[in-house]
Amino acid sequence: MSQLTELYQEVILDHYRNPRNAKPIEKETHSAEGHNPLCGDDVEVHLLIEDGVVADVSVRGVGCAISTASSSLMSEAIRGKSLDEVEQMFERFHAMVTSPIDAPAPIDGLGKLEVLAGVRNYPVRIKCATLPWHALKSAIAGSSEPVTTEAGE
Amino acid sequence: MTSVRDAVSFDVERIRRDFPILGKGIAYLDNAATTQKPQRVIDRITRFYREQNGNVHRGVHDLSVMATREYEGARQRIAKDINAKSEREIVFVRGTTEAINLVAQSFVRPKLKQGSRVLITAMEHHSNIVPWQAICGETGAKLDVAPIDDNGDVVLEAFDRLVRKGPVIASFASVSNALGTVNPIKEMIEMCKSNGVPTLIDGAQSVPHTRVDVRDIDCDFFAFSSHKAFGPTGIGALYGREELLNAMQPYQYGGDMILYVSFEHTEYAPSPARFEAGTPHIAGAIGMAEAIDYVREIGDFRLHENRLIDSAVQRLHEIDGVRLVGMPKRRMGVVSFLLDGVHPHDVGTILNESGVAIRAGHHCAQPLMHRFDIPGTCRASFAFYNNEAEVDALIAGVRKAKEVFSQ
Ligand SMILES: Cc1ncc(COP(=O)(O)O)c(C=O)c1O
Repeated sequence: MSQLTELYQEVILDHYRNPRNAKPIEKETHSAEGHNPLCGDDVEVHLLIEDGVVADVSVRGVGCAISTASSSLMSEAIRGKSLDEVEQMFERFHAMVTSPIDAPAPIDGLGKLEVLAGVRNYPVRIKCATLPWHALKSAIAGSSEPVTTEAGE
Repeated sequence: MTSVRDAVSFDVERIRRDFPILGKGIAYLDNAATTQKPQRVIDRITRFYREQNGNVHRGVHDLSVMATREYEGARQRIAKDINAKSEREIVFVRGTTEAINLVAQSFVRPKLKQGSRVLITAMEHHSNIVPWQAICGETGAKLDVAPIDDNGDVVLEAFDRLVRKGPVIASFASVSNALGTVNPIKEMIEMCKSNGVPTLIDGAQSVPHTRVDVRDIDCDFFAFSSHKAFGPTGIGALYGREELLNAMQPYQYGGDMILYVSFEHTEYAPSPARFEAGTPHIAGAIGMAEAIDYVREIGDFRLHENRLIDSAVQRLHEIDGVRLVGMPKRRMGVVSFLLDGVHPHDVGTILNESGVAIRAGHHCAQPLMHRFDIPGTCRASFAFYNNEAEVDALIAGVRKAKEVFSQ
């Protein structure tokens, strides 16, 4: 697989065209917005957290294939997970997409999210993949400040 | 006849050899962001530091005298190139952004009060929006925005109506960096003049393609950046009518801009020193003048550039799924487009992979993107050193993006 076809593989294009969990949810307890000033990508994360578990989730945004697919895949991955598990997933995901390209990507425990490992080869695109995760983290932290990717990484 | 012969004799392959960065596998189509530098400009800057470096306006020794002569010579060169009346009408600044801020703070702000107006157009770069927004916000003045039509041309009747409301200044681009629209600036300036409205032209995107004659267009201020016109970064020029400049407050305060200082009172020097506090970008100014010399010597490239951009527009248009953003009456340098179902950022990545450098995004013109209800565009922008092979690469890259996304 070339780096380009790894980046834009079928699963990613599918989630880009048909983002999951993009509909508004009826009840929510936490929400946050994320913004990438570089390219204008916007994402909103809405969560219903019950007993320390992500009971419902909605992620919506306008963005490129990478940020849209990452949002969609994230929404599937975190549904039904405890906040501890989500936190761990955040760390693992971050480690995967920022890992050095001369070694295999650390994909343990990431399941389907591993399809995003290809962004490692495109440093300017890493923020596209992490944008929804930063918004998620800020939603959980209960912060009302919109996050921007410029602060992260 | 001569002009046709000149145009035909423009040999792009020979010109490309003047630019060390070209021909190394990258089709550079991001010239509206910044242009590449010819060896001659690079050498000139090196020579200044190797042989002529000293501070300006203050030494009795030979190096300072030489640096001052070269720096002031650069100012004269620029004044002559744009047909200013005198070199005192040329203020060295960091670039277009600083030039606009200077006019905003020193010429416009002191005149603003509740109910005053400032006029711009809907296609301006953020650097020709935000400085006005800031001073309007501070003073209670209103920022008027002349609309553009779906092709990306200013609606002149609406512009004229807003001019008649008597803004303190009308500030607009000669060429749009996002759409390539060439504004009818002479006509627009005429509208302003007949209503006594001072004008500032953001020339950032026209200067790389065409020579300006500030007395012919008859603007009050004209701003441009050297790095977009084959010179170094960090330097640009503000042209202003001398009588206006000398009536303005300084922009920054410090050394080199004074006639006499005591702790009670300072008398400011006349323009341009009044606006050049501190040690200026001496090497930059010299490099800027060298770039102008270079461009004036390579012959008439307008026909070559026009053919190239026409070809890019036409060939992009022929690709199924490509939508051109902005179809202005006259275009210079820039073509903006969208590929159906593919975000500009992804097109940019795939083009980069194909060795084609374009810009993807909002091009520092977010209000303009809102006007077209799009998050951004893909923008290919051209200079005289681009060739048809690079248009081929662009077209192949866009087809590739289409293919990647059609799996
Ligand atoms: C139309 C226009 N105005 C102003 C600017 C700002 O120029 P600079 O960044 O050199 O100050 C640019 C460049 O991005 C531009 O294209």
